[in-house]
Amino acid sequence: MIRFLHLPQLSWRFVPVWQRNYLVWKKLAIPAILGNLADPMLYMLGLGYGLGSLLPDVGGMPYITFLAAGTVAYSTMNAATFEVLYSSFSRMHVQRTWDAILNAPLTLDDVMLGELTWAMTKSLLSGVAILAVIWGLGLYGHFWLTLWIIPVVALVGFCFGGMGLVMNAVSPSYDFFLYYFTLVITPMVLLCGVFFPVTQLPAFLQGVSVWLPLTHAIDLARPLVVGSVPDNIVLHVVALLVYGSLGYVIALALTRRRLLK
Amino acid sequence: MLRVRNLTKRYGDTEVVRGLDLDVRRGECFGLLGPNGAGKTTTLRLLLGLIEPDSGSIELAGIAVPEHAREARMKVGVVPQMDNLDPDFSVCENLLAYGRYFGMEKSAIVARVPMLLEFAGLASKADAKIAQLSGGMKRRLTLARALVHDPDILFLDEPTTGLDPQARHLIWQGLRRLIADGKTIVLTTHFMDEAERLTDRLAILDHGRLVAEGAPRALIESQIEPAVVEVFGEGLADWTQDHAPGLCQRFENVGETLFCYTPDADAIIGSLKRAPTLRYLHRPSNLEDVFLKLTGRDLRD
Repeated sequence: MIRFLHLPQLSWRFVPVWQRNYLVWKKLAIPAILGNLADPMLYMLGLGYGLGSLLPDVGGMPYITFLAAGTVAYSTMNAATFEVLYSSFSRMHVQRTWDAILNAPLTLDDVMLGELTWAMTKSLLSGVAILAVIWGLGLYGHFWLTLWIIPVVALVGFCFGGMGLVMNAVSPSYDFFLYYFTLVITPMVLLCGVFFPVTQLPAFLQGVSVWLPLTHAIDLARPLVVGSVPDNIVLHVVALLVYGSLGYVIALALTRRRLLK
Repeated sequence: MLRVRNLTKRYGDTEVVRGLDLDVRRGECFGLLGPNGAGKTTTLRLLLGLIEPDSGSIELAGIAVPEHAREARMKVGVVPQMDNLDPDFSVCENLLAYGRYFGMEKSAIVARVPMLLEFAGLASKADAKIAQLSGGMKRRLTLARALVHDPDILFLDEPTTGLDPQARHLIWQGLRRLIADGKTIVLTTHFMDEAERLTDRLAILDHGRLVAEGAPRALIESQIEPAVVEVFGEGLADWTQDHAPGLCQRFENVGETLFCYTPDADAIIGSLKRAPTLRYLHRPSNLEDVFLKLTGRDLRD
């Protein structure tokens, strides 16, 4: 493992890899967008209005607004995660598209950077779609502040794309990804304040929550939806960058070991 | 075009490639032969700079590998053993996407597509999906894809494995066209007739080591007796015991067949004519005989 661990050498050659994924996505863009949107929308609107009508203000805002802000972070996390798990895995392992690309003058660093930037793009698309719904339903505080959500969702995509690539690197088959969802993603959704405020958790779980990347994503996204400037912006941005970069570097080493030995 | 010196690759305690020296000249078709596990594919991956050697040097198209593998790969087209065409793209889109990986402008790729499709015999299939192509068509498209950036040298890893005879002949035809165009070709194969037909020179690898190298004809002349008599049928054991040592320069019993290698088959055939239960096949020796002599008849799994 150590032998394969070195700093990524980044080059612009990742662009055709990103472009390849974009062109394939474009062929089925409309159903893909609708499919990606349907699930978070159902939760957001169903729970937001259904459950929300039973609740007083949550975290100082109507529940639908609270949930909409959580959904921005949650669904962009999922968009990037699904992309680098299932889709990247089929390109790497099943279709051997990466092998073909590696015979061209690209390195694995380029290929995986292409995958990571594509995962960010998927997060961006998903985040902007949710944002459009938030605008449409008037669930925001200040319109101009909500525009900052766009770079935030790209950053969330970077973070979870990088982390997911580690799973991609070690997975023997699609089934393996279920562990990641049940052991990492789902607990995180419940611990990071998507559906209810973190303050409802027992103290020790709140302590865990502080360290989870989704918490940082939500701490950035929620104030921006509600209409205030987030606290500790630098901390949250750095946390997301560190999770994503570490993920990418570790994933690169593991994938080198997997493909290039 | 390709210069390899003392190339070595180890996995744990196993040396997969052991001190390999190779020279391939410009415009030459060079074959790498060897049983499964002989190190052919590992060698190709080393030559492309995809894996790092433990020792030795590689110079590909004048460029040191793996140090400058990126630049070297610009000059190489690769046809891998396993098809890895992009199933999400059509035939034509596969060529476009692959050209982009080499940093080509779209217009430059588009200009080459008709020629590449014609070369692959897929002019009428430009918009077909990959899943709709036959095995032979996929191979031809993979070959065309390897040519998208007009490389000087082509690496083909078992280019005709799994193809029917018609499809193989089409691939061979394509490769001969490329050789005539002055491309340098390095191919690995299990098929001796393929190596004999296509290559100017070849190297036989076994256990990661080069065991023989030369032009196919020259190898046959230098490595083995000129004729083979294959004997089979009832009474083979007796005949083998009584006559084989005296009549054959070298013989091998494989299953139910005796292979007699000899410079002069007349005496053997004379003896066999007096043994009516035995049947035989008399033929000139070929590359397969050389291959089996040098690498043995044991199964390699």
